Amino acid sequence: MAEMRGFLRSDGRKGIRNVVVVAYLVECAHHVARRIVTLSDDMDVHLIGFPGCYPNSYAFQIMTKLCTHPNVGGVLLLSLGCESFNREALRQVVAASGRPVETLVIQQAGGTRATIEAGRAAVARLKVLADQTPVVPMARHELVVGTICGGSDGTSGITANPAVGRCFDWLVETGATCIFEETGELVGCERIMSDRAVTPELGAEIEACVQKAERYYTIMGFGSFAPGNAEGGLTTQEEKSMGAYSKSGSSPISGLIKPGDIPPSGGLYLMDVVPDGEPRFGFPNISDNAEIVELIASGSHVILFTTGRGSVVGSAISPVIKVCANPETYVRLSEDMDVNAGRILEGKATLDEVGAEILGLVEAAAAGDRTVSEALGHQEFILTYKSFEPVGPACLPTRAA
Amino acid sequence: MSTPISPLILLHPDDNVLVVRAAIRAGDALDIDGTRVTAAQDVTVGHKLARRTLAAGDKVLKYGAPIGSMTAAVDVGGHVHMHNMKSDYIASHTRQVVGGSEGGH
Repeated sequence: MAEMRGFLRSDGRKGIRNVVVVAYLVECAHHVARRIVTLSDDMDVHLIGFPGCYPNSYAFQIMTKLCTHPNVGGVLLLSLGCESFNREALRQVVAASGRPVETLVIQQAGGTRATIEAGRAAVARLKVLADQTPVVPMARHELVVGTICGGSDGTSGITANPAVGRCFDWLVETGATCIFEETGELVGCERIMSDRAVTPELGAEIEACVQKAERYYTIMGFGSFAPGNAEGGLTTQEEKSMGAYSKSGSSPISGLIKPGDIPPSGGLYLMDVVPDGEPRFGFPNISDNAEIVELIASGSHVILFTTGRGSVVGSAISPVIKVCANPETYVRLSEDMDVNAGRILEGKATLDEVGAEILGLVEAAAAGDRTVSEALGHQEFILTYKSFEPVGPACLPTRAA
Repeated sequence: MSTPISPLILLHPDDNVLVVRAAIRAGDALDIDGTRVTAAQDVTVGHKLARRTLAAGDKVLKYGAPIGSMTAAVDVGGHVHMHNMKSDYIASHTRQVVGGSEGGH
């Protein structure tokens, strides 16, 4: 197998991709940005953006972390001109990271057609500069891996999720950083998780953040439980939670982060995705890709996505590896899946064997191999409004060390 | 080529439900802890069957952890799902509850 390699960034982090992102800063610039990406016809030119015209510090933070993600080698900002997004502040942060960055303002550039033309030329220039990024060997401890489940059913928690948990255990053992999330999908697991925290104070923070999630979802009126979950055999939120929880493996939990926080060291981290304060902007994550974007904003090079009912999504910026939990789903959707964890149910593979297969695919993705969703052109992206307070000192016990 | 495997899995010794790993058809003979039970209905992969007789109010245990409570009694081998159990945290919803075009009957 090819060796893992990384694109070396000025902060010392290494990316496993060298993507040029085209980022629209309000929905009004979305079409122009999408046309630039489509006409570029390049697997490594991706579309991201924020649709809102009102300011939001969370969205600014996530866009900043994405535009300076190790997998990103160049940035084109697409503004209409009158939106609230602070495009100059974002441009400065990207420039300070050593990445090439350009800004186009549609109202100043002569409208749709002229901006698309200027954008295509800008992407070509950014690609040339991004291609000059040094490529260096990459070790396993430098990897940041996120995990999410979507379209869960009664098989997710007994095949794909615990197999990802094995992979996480091996990654953490060798010093890599692993992130699991969706505290609203961990309702019912709070005490078990808090027992795994590296300090009692962190354990208390974990319990509090799950209680916050339960309250938030109760006010919203629905738990994180879709009708397809029930059709697949799941009955309650806490049943879905126990299955989702098994993705985290069995390592100690080193810290609690919020979206966009970069873990300070290797280890296993829980991401608190539920906004702080009174509910203001609706559901915490309106679909799976909103969670994937947050995992990537916290530095994930690659995402392990487990699914029972069968999801087909990928993501902008970081490759997604799809692990299918249900053998019947795998038969229907095999062209969209990287791993058939349903073999465990059929007695054809063990959890360890599937876990090792997933780890091999992570390393292959870091060596440059395209995942299934990447090869199919999946580059989903969504970012909405949220608000967070910074994490407290008890959440990151290793940072002081 | 491999020996036949049970269509039911016990995830944890404390559990009072079993998980269906291969689709069950009504009339199939099931072995639940040595008790022979005839499946009352079709049950698809991922669903749960009662490992013992459960009464309304009993906690349902899966992965060795409580995943909700029974709202009605069920016999050994009976289907345990939305119709006879509920969350102890946040109520689950169906498409019908939400209404819209899929809400009609």
